[in-house]
Amino acid sequence: MDLTAIGLGVAFGFCLERGGMAYAPKLAGQFTGTDFTVLRVMFSAIITAMLGLFWLDRLGLIDLAHVYVPDTYLPAQTLGGVIFGAGFATAGLCPGTSCVAAATGRLDGLAVMVGLILGVIAFNVAHPWYDAAPLGPETLPSALGVPYGVVVCLVVLLALVVFGVSRTLERQP
Amino acid sequence: MKYANAYVAGVGVGLVLLATFVLTGHGLGAIGAYSRLVDPSHEDWTLYELLGVAIGGALSAGLAGRLRLAIARGPHVTPTARLATAGAGGVAMGIGAKLARGCTSGLALSGGAVLSVGAWVFIACAFAAGYAIMLVVKRLWI
Repeated sequence: MDLTAIGLGVAFGFCLERGGMAYAPKLAGQFTGTDFTVLRVMFSAIITAMLGLFWLDRLGLIDLAHVYVPDTYLPAQTLGGVIFGAGFATAGLCPGTSCVAAATGRLDGLAVMVGLILGVIAFNVAHPWYDAAPLGPETLPSALGVPYGVVVCLVVLLALVVFGVSRTLERQP
Repeated sequence: MKYANAYVAGVGVGLVLLATFVLTGHGLGAIGAYSRLVDPSHEDWTLYELLGVAIGGALSAGLAGRLRLAIARGPHVTPTARLATAGAGGVAMGIGAKLARGCTSGLALSGGAVLSVGAWVFIACAFAAGYAIMLVVKRLWI
């Protein structure tokens, strides 16, 4: 039993449900243009964690160099992102939020979870014929050749633009 | 009870993600839990995390009076069609997340926060595809 994992999961699931992220029609609203909750939750979560890591590192409380960065696989993550996004808008839930939906009694959440398991099985069956070479833990600052803090600022700016645009779009009839 | 403000919920998720990085050295995840369910030899901490996610979600819904058996769906979709398309979307996400080696939690949120190139490519592609597929599946939702 990994109590840290369970504890962090409880907090994660609680926040997701609070924000309405377990209600599929709300999530699908992101892609029909009626509800921008997904974008708002995602971007505010990313900039909160990103700024937290950045400043904790600056204050010498953690070492950013020791924080895990997922490997980059450009073709696989492009194709994977496209297939994932199509599935997300069709299901109205993602792997984490479908679990929250199911736990709150939504049978559609359970159906998504069953589908996810079948998808993983399908991938595992096909896997021997497919393999991707990673580019390693590539980050935007190293790929663009600019300081870490500059990219942090750019992501915050991007988030603010996204928040502003979503607000304008929501005001339209 | 009404849902919390999206920015407040987002900052909450971000603080949980930050705590995860500080305590474990890596971010959150979800698809790894499904991988471990399929193949128990696949070592992945997210199975326990996802168990917690279910508990936390149920707790929040319980406190807000939102715990009930239902099928959340668009106004023009039968419950059977909703369950079938939800399952189909799940299959696609399972394949997509395994290809990309991460999902919304493990790659988009966690990788996005540490400025991973692959994470931002994944976010852009997933959103673009979500809008594109809506041209076909709009009737599921509105």
